[in-house]
Amino acid sequence: MTSRTPVIALITLVLAVTALFPLGQRAWAQAPARTQLEFWHAMRGPLGVSLEGIAARFSASQPRYTVNATFKGEYPDTMVAAIAAFRAGNAPHIVQMFEVGTATMMAAKGAIKPVHDLMKDAGIPFDPAVYLPAVRSYYSSADGKMVGMPFNSSTPVLWYNKDAFRKAGLDPTSPPKTWAQLREAALRIRAANASPCGFTTAWPTWVQFENFGALHDIPLATRANGFEGFDTELTINQPLYVRHLQFLMDMLKEGAFKYGGRDGAADAFFPSGECAMITGSSALYGRVAREAKFDWGIAYLPYYDDVKGAPKNSIIGGAAFWVMTTPRRTSDEYRGIAEFFRFIGSAEEAAKWHQETGYVPITYTGMQLTSASGYYQRSPWAELPIKQLTRTIPTKNSKGVRLGNMPEIRVVIYEELEKAFQGQQTAQQALDSAVRRGNDILRRFQQTIAP
Amino acid sequence: MSRRAIFPNRLLPYLLVAPQMAVVLVFFYWPAAQAVVQATLRQDPFGLHSQFVWFENFSRVLTNPFYLGSLRVTLVFAVAVIALAMSVGLVLAIHADRQVRGATIYKTLLIWPYAIAPAVAAALWLFIFHPTIGMLGRTLVRNGINWDYTLNDQHALLLVIIAAAWRQVSYNFIFFLAGLQSIPPSLVEAAAVDGAGSRQRFWKIIFPLLSPTTFFLLIVNIIYAFFDTFGVIHALTRGGPGKATETLIYKVYTDGVINLDLGGSAVQSVVLLAVVIVLTAVQFRYIERKVHY
Repeated sequence: MTSRTPVIALITLVLAVTALFPLGQRAWAQAPARTQLEFWHAMRGPLGVSLEGIAARFSASQPRYTVNATFKGEYPDTMVAAIAAFRAGNAPHIVQMFEVGTATMMAAKGAIKPVHDLMKDAGIPFDPAVYLPAVRSYYSSADGKMVGMPFNSSTPVLWYNKDAFRKAGLDPTSPPKTWAQLREAALRIRAANASPCGFTTAWPTWVQFENFGALHDIPLATRANGFEGFDTELTINQPLYVRHLQFLMDMLKEGAFKYGGRDGAADAFFPSGECAMITGSSALYGRVAREAKFDWGIAYLPYYDDVKGAPKNSIIGGAAFWVMTTPRRTSDEYRGIAEFFRFIGSAEEAAKWHQETGYVPITYTGMQLTSASGYYQRSPWAELPIKQLTRTIPTKNSKGVRLGNMPEIRVVIYEELEKAFQGQQTAQQALDSAVRRGNDILRRFQQTIAP
Repeated sequence: MSRRAIFPNRLLPYLLVAPQMAVVLVFFYWPAAQAVVQATLRQDPFGLHSQFVWFENFSRVLTNPFYLGSLRVTLVFAVAVIALAMSVGLVLAIHADRQVRGATIYKTLLIWPYAIAPAVAAALWLFIFHPTIGMLGRTLVRNGINWDYTLNDQHALLLVIIAAAWRQVSYNFIFFLAGLQSIPPSLVEAAAVDGAGSRQRFWKIIFPLLSPTTFFLLIVNIIYAFFDTFGVIHALTRGGPGKATETLIYKVYTDGVINLDLGGSAVQSVVLLAVVIVLTAVQFRYIERKVHY
């Protein structure tokens, strides 16, 4: 018994010590010949496969850098993981961040390295003008410098079920252009019982507020939608937004519109044939092509034709790549990130990603390459979102949205919409309340950024 | 009896508990202390700017009408889940205790739900109750009942209550069954001989003898309803519609992870921590005392 005690004590000691001071991998792992770049992304399924393919092709294309792509969950999960890693001094080199995190990332000076600086330091020529204006403006600072590296971008469009249109006696070659026409079509579809639901919308805030404002050239928030400063306030209780919410509430009452839930929850209703029309992301393509057992079409987002100047260009959604810093980041690592960004910005990669996934091509060069290959003749659906994004020069209301804590503001809008759709409040009350609560969130953001 | 006799070496006992203490310190005390510190700070998500603001976060959270609303939702939710899970668990246990033929199969089937992960369970409920893709939901809508938990507060709350209680029924069932089987049959038989009916036997003999089990389960169920139902709510309603199913624990997640309001979220964690401490103290005090009849 006693002779065994020292052994047990020794084992215990070793266990205790290793539990307290985990040895870093670095101590054991051999120094790799290639510089390893950690890349955290939020694309699951086939999209993730495409994305990791890009990283693999980059690693194979040159001898110095290896990009290790790791799936970290949905966008908010990836964002939180990156933030936690940064706080622990262990941030990944590159993180994929959804568009509504843009203001948070831009405000985190010291945690990120702007793409503009990255390219300049690495001496790699970088011309932002190759990016589509609606893409470029979304991720550029007020003085026009690119801060995030745009990647997967989509824009909302109207998807419609041509079979249901035929059954309701509607012309499947002329989808509704205005909201009035859409309501008419939805009512006829319901009257003919061509499908159980006439119209639904995915991403209600992105489509019916952020893009709605851009299309009709009205602000979502003051200070050019937040691009010009943190002292911005929401303006979504203006008459046109109230009119539109009332319009949706009326359609709901008539049974022509179905609220499908927050974020992308309504996506499922279109490919299943449940809803004959949906306003949703152009990137819904992959799912529609795979699941829809009917003849479908794609059209521009509807607008109100009595609003002067409408429709303007739509705005993007999706995500961008951000370069994260840590105190021990070497210039060689930054150089590798810059090389990787040059690689993904190349016309070949941009065109390949666009055609594989249904996201819009974000550069003119990628678009031209796709066009030259005859892709748009074969798949005309793929060109319409690009035309919608580029049909006008972005105004200060259609450049995008740059609001701090935007995910939280979206949740507030969802909550107020859901109360209005249940008849608990009027459209005006819902949007007044959303503005009041949203402004509190914006003030808190302003305080945390510049105390 | 001296305990020192077991350990000839004075250092050994400390060494033996050291790994456990290290785990507890690193994974419990340290994060808990961090939460308390964070609750007094106003900080951006990246931790680049931080300002000590005393109890500003506490007053902001505790006076927020949405926090109080969430407290109300939690109380309704918890009472309903506990009542449902415990009463159904007890009824099933009583029947399983009586049943002779096929009892093992019956018991096994009842215990199964407990082994299912909350998110998976919620997905199953979705396929039953979703107004568009759910089997039962679709039938309800077809028969003119306007069932839609995505846009009706009461429906949503009802659905998460049922889904949360369903899983806990199994747990309660196991404990009630064990409790019932430990009651000496002679007591029940004696009552029967004295002329007590089955209802009287249950309420006068069995139920009081089950009270230690019931009390233990009450505490466990409170903790379950308060803290362990995140997965069900996240998978089914995400706290909506409006804020109809946003319980306290779900609000901690929304404010901390989605909204990146670290201070506010930390305050809520500290409040919940206090609730757990109180519940645990109650459990130790009364269960220890009442468990031996």
